[in-house]
Amino acid sequence: MPVSVANSQLVYDAMKGVGVRLVSALPETWLVHLIRIADDDPEMTLVRLAKEEEGVGISAGAHFAGVKSAMLMQNHGFLQAINGIVGVSLLYKIPLLMLITDRGTFGEKDPWQTEGGKYTRPVLDALHIAHDDLSRPDDVEPKMAKAMSLAQSSLSPVALLLQRDLMWEEPK
Amino acid sequence: MKRIDCLKAIYPELEDCAVVTIMGAVAAELYSLGHRANFFYLEHAMGLASSIGLGIALSQPNRKVVVIDGDGSVLMNLGGLTTMARSRPKNLVHLIFDNETLLSVGGGAPGGYKWFTTATSTGSDLAGIARAAGYPRAQLVREMEDFEEAALGAINGDELSCVVAKVEAEMPKSFLMDVHMLENRFEFPRALQQPPKDKRELRRPTRITKQQPTTIPALKSLEE
Repeated sequence: MPVSVANSQLVYDAMKGVGVRLVSALPETWLVHLIRIADDDPEMTLVRLAKEEEGVGISAGAHFAGVKSAMLMQNHGFLQAINGIVGVSLLYKIPLLMLITDRGTFGEKDPWQTEGGKYTRPVLDALHIAHDDLSRPDDVEPKMAKAMSLAQSSLSPVALLLQRDLMWEEPK
Repeated sequence: MKRIDCLKAIYPELEDCAVVTIMGAVAAELYSLGHRANFFYLEHAMGLASSIGLGIALSQPNRKVVVIDGDGSVLMNLGGLTTMARSRPKNLVHLIFDNETLLSVGGGAPGGYKWFTTATSTGSDLAGIARAAGYPRAQLVREMEDFEEAALGAINGDELSCVVAKVEAEMPKSFLMDVHMLENRFEFPRALQQPPKDKRELRRPTRITKQQPTTIPALKSLEE
């Protein structure tokens, strides 16, 4: 599977480097290595969700209990979690780090991914959620640190959109 | 059985727990018994009180977490029961008040009239669903005595437990809560910064009956 192992590890290390000790996740192709690495790490608590909205509640609980967390999902997971993001994170001013694999953009070959990709940014903007793309390996660590800083200082959700150029290696 | 009587029965046990309630009647009634900084009232996002409780329970495994949920909320996050069950935090108690109606979002009326019922009114069994989801303990209770035994046993126990209590669809005397959501949001994590007390110090006698002799010496002598 041409999902980048090296860059998945890079994202994982950066996430752990900013203090994340609990991740909640639903899989999607680009996330397989990230989730597996989290599962293999005894210092990380991995919560396998049934639906993404739960992750917003779990992250809020972890924050209340003094633990930094992150959510791993794709576009449709984000769209699924909107009510929780509005009714918990935004309403109660709770930091939330969302790592969203950004499917449905240029290069997408799966027709079923193409709608969700169109609405992710407009919905983030509509909710005034700060977001940035992760597309180059060199950007991963600094952008992760900046995203976590802003989430903690603004007590808000923030999103990093994991891009095809970072997560996917076209077979040669 | 009345929700407020159930809350009164467990109130003394909640002193050192992290307590997460749903919105509406449950929040207002627990508040009316005396607000504490370790109570968090989730005033929106129905269904996520149990997810918040799970996040706390996984992050502070030495603290007892009590989620006080409702049938309407649980039905909005049934998948969460499976997430809870597979995570199986030993320090979490999931109490569900089942009044068979969406009381606090307008489905109830004074006098206990239910005009917008939930599926528990037509037979959906939340304790059965919790058991089937994988909760090691899930019990349905209809009488006060059974509630006390089940709820106090769960709070003083050491495994993930669910107690579903069938209660009247009665409005609280007042929905007034003189603690702002954000005030509550900031005081709650501060309360959770205090380390939980030793469990043995906190353990209180549960309901004492002839069939259930106490192991607490001071009370044993009373009993004899």
